[in-house]
This record gives sequence, C-alpha cells and structure tokens, in this order.
Amino acid sequence: MTVSVVQFGGSNCDRDAVRALRHLGIDAERRWHEDGLPAEPDGIVLPGGFSYGDYLRAGAMAARAPVMAEVREAAEAGVPVLGVCNGAQIGSESGLTPGAFTTNASARFQCEPVHLRVERADTPWTAAYDEGDVIEVPIAHGEGRFEIEADAHDELVDEGRVLFRYCDEAGAVTDEANPNGSTDNVAGVLGERETVAVLMPHPERATLPDVATSTDGAGILRAFA
Amino acid sequence: MTEFTATVTVRLKRGVLDPEAETTKKALERLGFELSALRSADRFELDLEAEDAEAAETRADEMAERLLANPTIHDYDVAVAER
Repeated sequence: MTVSVVQFGGSNCDRDAVRALRHLGIDAERRWHEDGLPAEPDGIVLPGGFSYGDYLRAGAMAARAPVMAEVREAAEAGVPVLGVCNGAQIGSESGLTPGAFTTNASARFQCEPVHLRVERADTPWTAAYDEGDVIEVPIAHGEGRFEIEADAHDELVDEGRVLFRYCDEAGAVTDEANPNGSTDNVAGVLGERETVAVLMPHPERATLPDVATSTDGAGILRAFA
Repeated sequence: MTEFTATVTVRLKRGVLDPEAETTKKALERLGFELSALRSADRFELDLEAEDAEAAETRADEMAERLLANPTIHDYDVAVAER
C-alpha cells in the first residue's frame, strides 16, 4: 500500500499528509498532479492548501485538472480517496462528493481546534471510533461553509452519508459549535461509495504527537492501513 | 462565422448567505451611505466566434455549467452581443 498524495500548485498540506501517514506506518508519496497517478493506485489523498490560488472558487481549478479524471476512475473502482480542506473543496467541485464549500459565515479565515461528532463508525474512515465519539481536530479555512440544496441534503442524511458534524466538547451539535455556518453542522461527507470521503478539518494535523495537541485525527488516516 | 461577446453573470442563489456582500454593505454604511441590501455577482466576458448568436449562447451556457458557476450555490445568466 502506497498512498498517493496529489500535489497541485498551491497545495501546502501534502508534506504533512505524507508525514502523518508514514508515522502511522502507512507508506505514502507525493505525486505532482501533472505526473498523474500510478497505474494501480492503492489510496489517494487530496491535500489541503490553496490550489491555483483559490481562483474562481476554492478547488474549482484543481477539480478540472486532468489528474482528477484518474482520481474519479480510481474512486469508482473502489480505491480509497480522502479530500482534506482544499482537497474537500476539490472533491465537491469535481462531483466526487455532494454539496459545496463556500465562504465562512463569519467572512473570516478561521484556524482553530474544533470538535467533531463521529456520525457513523461503520466506514473505513471511522472504523477506529465508535458512533457518537467526539474527536478534536483543527480547521484552517476561509471557505468551509457546507452548502447543499434542500432535497440533496435530505438525501444525504437519509443515505447516512454525513460522516462528521461540528459539535461541542460534550458532543452536542449546536449553532455555537458550528465554526463556519455549515448546513446542519456538516464537517465531512461520504461520496457515492463509502471509500470516498471529504472533510474540512485536518486529520493530518491531529496525528503527530510531537506537533499536535490532539492525535484524534489518526483514526481517519488509518483507513489507508 | 461572426464574432460575439457572451457575458456570463454568476450570482449566489437567493437565500444562500453571502458574508462578503454583507461585509461590503456594512463598510458602505460605515462610510455614511444608506442602503437596504447589497448583492454581488461575478461577470465574465467571453469573446468568441460562432455561426450565430444561438450557437454562441449555447457554448457560453456550457462554460457556465461546467466551470464558471457551481450549480449547488449559483444561478447564472448569459447575454450575447455581436462584437
């Protein structure tokens, strides 16, 4: 298993993701997007950052880069794909996952630890947790407000594709615990397959005990183990 | 073939929160202006050659669908004029 961490111009969490994965004993390498994916990718991370300077909309340009056709093909074949922060924006812009991530309700860039409630524990991304667990993972984004049309939101909830919701320390999903005004406090969602997930918070920044105040994010990355 | 300019205007759907517009409105009020609402939009001007106006509009429409707008949060309109 070698996880391909796709690096676009302006990605800046690619090294962090590789380091966090290797810390967990999972082999990982950065792949410059123009070099494409390996012939048979084992796993894919779309890392955080500001690909293409967030031109047009965050993630809009990278979502249309040729490598994303390979990512989509791999996702459809069941290869695990995780989008983090800018990678989540790229995932939604490319149609891998539903909804859109847009300007925070505060109109500010927010960089802070948040709490997430694990809404499902029966996915590869959350197998390390129990349903209802509260984990602490940092956010760092200006455009993380999850927006989705009402019908699509109902469908998302009915199909159990909400993976994480912003909550308080005790696990209560409240407006106060919603850092960016996301619809229904949604912080992370699944694609059509459970092997595809995106989230705005950074699990790779909550994995290494030497640099993080929490290592709660490691469980998400363990999906690649 | 005729030269056209297709103008694509992309705006947030009604009801979708626009914190940037809200902040801009507040700044105008701070400058002493009175206004009840402010909506912002992105405008793209595309110069292109097409058989006729309809063909130019169709192409601009596809560009809006595939990149310029995000259908989850945006509405858009296209206006075509001969250049």
